[in-house]
Amino acid sequence: MANPFDINGGACVAMVGKDCVAIACDLRLGMQSLTVSNNFPKIFNYAPSTYLGLTGLATDVNTVSDLFRYKVNMYRLREERHIAPQTLANLVSSSLYEKRFGPFFISPVIAGINHTSGKPFICGFDSIGCIDLAKDFIVSGTASDQLFGTCEGLWEPDLSPEDLFETISQALLSGVDRDALSGWGAQVYIIEKDKVTQRLLKGRQD
Amino acid sequence: MTSLMDHPSRGETIGYSFSQPTAAPVKEHSFYPYTDNGGSTLGITGSDFAILAGDTRSTSGYNINSRMVPKVFKIGGDDETGEGAHILLSVVGFAADGNALKERLDTVVKMYKYQHGKSMSVGACAQRLSTILYQKRFFPYYVHAILAGLDEEGKGALYSYDPVGSYEREQCRAAGAASSLIMPFLDNQVNFKNQYIPGSGEGHALEPKKAEPLPQETVKQLVRDAFTSAVERHIEVGDHLQVMIITKDGVEEVYHPLKKD
Repeated sequence: MANPFDINGGACVAMVGKDCVAIACDLRLGMQSLTVSNNFPKIFNYAPSTYLGLTGLATDVNTVSDLFRYKVNMYRLREERHIAPQTLANLVSSSLYEKRFGPFFISPVIAGINHTSGKPFICGFDSIGCIDLAKDFIVSGTASDQLFGTCEGLWEPDLSPEDLFETISQALLSGVDRDALSGWGAQVYIIEKDKVTQRLLKGRQD
Repeated sequence: MTSLMDHPSRGETIGYSFSQPTAAPVKEHSFYPYTDNGGSTLGITGSDFAILAGDTRSTSGYNINSRMVPKVFKIGGDDETGEGAHILLSVVGFAADGNALKERLDTVVKMYKYQHGKSMSVGACAQRLSTILYQKRFFPYYVHAILAGLDEEGKGALYSYDPVGSYEREQCRAAGAASSLIMPFLDNQVNFKNQYIPGSGEGHALEPKKAEPLPQETVKQLVRDAFTSAVERHIEVGDHLQVMIITKDGVEEVYHPLKKD
């Protein structure tokens, strides 16, 4: 049987800069080697500066993104405030661990800025909710090996929003070009204290 | 179910509790002739040089066999130090096959010189290596080889191979355990993939940045950066970085420290 994480393909990466964070994903949706769609974004927005990237089995990407939309809406109604990235991280972790023995086949990534502290925050998870807190970058998806290589080679501390955009874009595009299951365009979010810039990248279409 | 019908048939002994079973259980034996010894290699060419580099860690599973097993070799040298060699070979994968292959190619290149009175060209050596690998098509040398030297025009030449001899001349190539980490970085930094000339046009008119041979110092730094990055994220890569640079003046070999964890 094929690995559920590799059936649909896809990649996601998050990076920290100076007073900013970035999160980016590819747009491919496939069934094994056949590409079905080149417009399947994997990043979802849950608060003004809190984003969640989901790679893995596409059906679980949809299910889990909807599940968190429901959970975050309920949180906002009860608490009468937006969810912080750290809080979302713990929500994702506990929600995934509930399915410890029948997990969702996804690798989530969170990027955001905490509005109380003003500090950038990124983290990643395995499919059962173990949090990976990183100071530099988080990668996930079928191109994770390639992304580890490009990010480790290109990233440096305290990048400005403009330089962070260039770095995450080059890292993602070069990474997915060496993975047959990822690519076909990309979406990049640059998150600053009170501004979010979304850009669509074309990239190689093959 | 026990009954009088279940008496042992003729030829079979009665099974007392203390008796050993007469027929030994069928045991399946197997022998797998290959091991993955990990490690990574990398080659980049310039206008008048070629660089071949590799880490020196040798692993099997999660064990480290040695921290100093070089993977880059001089081919066709005059003595055992490799003095006078004008071709380099790197092998990564199964170290025993790698050594056997290196010895074979070294012998072939030396025999060529003795028989023809001139040294073998890199192009000829590249074709010969392909033939050697293909000769073992059904019991392959389990290695990813990279061959480097200078071509007839004095330009850097680099050839990369799969285990059964399929080969191609390239500007740069990463092989081995961390090749998937290093290769996309090289695409971006050596061949300038996904890089465009700012302000050269809008949309499809935007001009891609052309790849051109890099100066030696830049390439040396790229090789070291590629390996320090790989060491950070791959457990089979580390200890030392062996770098060989071939120019018209000969081969220069340097070792750099890498992380040992």
